[in-house]
Amino acid sequence: MAQVSSVAEGKTTKSVTLRIARYNPKHDSKKQFMEFNLQYERWTTVLEAILDVKKHFDHSVAVRYSCRQATCGSCGMIINGKPRLACFTKISELESDVVTVEPMNNFPIIRDLAVKFERLFDTHHKIKPYLIRDDSEITSNEKEFLQSPEELENYIQFANCIKCGLCNSACPTMATDSSFIGPQALAQAYRYVADSRDKGKDSRLKIIDDSHGIWRCHFAGSCSQVCPKGVDPAMGIQFLRGYMLGFRS
Amino acid sequence: MEPKDENKEGIGGMINPRRYGIERVAYILMRLSGLGLLAYFIGHIYETSSILKGEVGWAEFLELTQTNEGHAVLAIVIGMCVFHTVNGIRVMLGHGGVGVGRPARPDYPYLPASQNSRHKMGIYSAIVLAAIAMLYGLAVMYGE
Amino acid sequence: MVNKMRESVIMKIHYGTALAAVALVAVHILMRLTQSFAESLEYENVIANYQFLPYAGMLEIILILLSIHGFNGLRVILLELKQGRAYEKAVSYGCIAGMIGLIAYGSRTIFMVNMGMV
Repeated sequence: MAQVSSVAEGKTTKSVTLRIARYNPKHDSKKQFMEFNLQYERWTTVLEAILDVKKHFDHSVAVRYSCRQATCGSCGMIINGKPRLACFTKISELESDVVTVEPMNNFPIIRDLAVKFERLFDTHHKIKPYLIRDDSEITSNEKEFLQSPEELENYIQFANCIKCGLCNSACPTMATDSSFIGPQALAQAYRYVADSRDKGKDSRLKIIDDSHGIWRCHFAGSCSQVCPKGVDPAMGIQFLRGYMLGFRS
Repeated sequence: MEPKDENKEGIGGMINPRRYGIERVAYILMRLSGLGLLAYFIGHIYETSSILKGEVGWAEFLELTQTNEGHAVLAIVIGMCVFHTVNGIRVMLGHGGVGVGRPARPDYPYLPASQNSRHKMGIYSAIVLAAIAMLYGLAVMYGE
Repeated sequence: MVNKMRESVIMKIHYGTALAAVALVAVHILMRLTQSFAESLEYENVIANYQFLPYAGMLEIILILLSIHGFNGLRVILLELKQGRAYEKAVSYGCIAGMIGLIAYGSRTIFMVNMGMV
């Protein structure tokens, strides 16, 4: 366990202890935490703090990030016990003198804070995340598929998904069920089923009507509480199930 | 894939009630009450079969239920039964997409419409009704 | 059989049995309150209940509904706890066996008392 002091300069207002989980599945038997004392501004994000550690103290900390503006969905991690995007979480809003960062749960760990996304992408592909219909709007002599603003409103919320995986990390079923399709894929299934241009409802409903499909969601809503884009996967999943129960047509 | 490599939260994470509000608490209580009621139901079927042993067998069974422990177990069963029923109806309606809000363009701070006050009220009602039913059950059992 | 059934069909049965059981269990509990609680549990009264055919029929229906609902609920919980082909098959068939066993055991009591075999 390392104890290091901050070398950050400038208009610092407060200090925080950043605890970073270190774990390499190739040779570590369990997670260990390294502690760093840092100074931060009101607007400093957890990602900036981690990058500060990488720059000044230990460049070997493994973390995945890219856009730094909650758009790429790369920097999901457990921050003080809850799944959040590191670039979208300010240290000041955590209201704690200690910030603990760990890799997302329910995802295999590559190293430290970086996790594998293969399963999330596999389940995402499984629900056919594209418009299904016989004709095409790019074929010559065909008009583009028209859609009213009301029809757009039915699914646009769910099209905001950035595939960060926070919902899958928070889901209580995912906590124990390795085969569950997960809230991310189910919400995306609804995104396409609700799209007035799509004709693939039946095939998608068939895919998710499985012993580890949509029925393993129990509407605990944890996925929606952690979504950084307001997608509200729980809502989409219940609407999707509404089709199967005959509440929607 | 080895379970250890999956970094799953496991049962501890699943039943942790502290992080995701009353909805997660309701999820846990629903599960526990379901398991509890199944256990009681099996016990109830087994115990009531004592009537086949005649009046003496039935009296022995009744004696068992008329202790303080027996009353406490029955009161818990009443609470579980009421909570499981009321929350079950809420969940069933939610599963059909009833009362989970309408899709809309999300605005910061992105409060999820599905986690709305109607469902929270449903959960609190289930808890309160379960508590009232338990008290009523105890009053009936001890009042006689 | 349960492996061939679509999950949506199983879960619709799960919801259906729940709703039906709520109504019938309410009647079952209210019957305890038509007299004083202790009186309703007296041997003669219980025997009279069992021998009243509509009530015995209702008990049988409750037994079937709750056994299906309860053991399917258990199956769901167990399927979510652990995965694997053999395990999942064992859970599904184990729950069906439990359900049938409980219905058989409860039915035996209902039929024997109803027919006056006590």
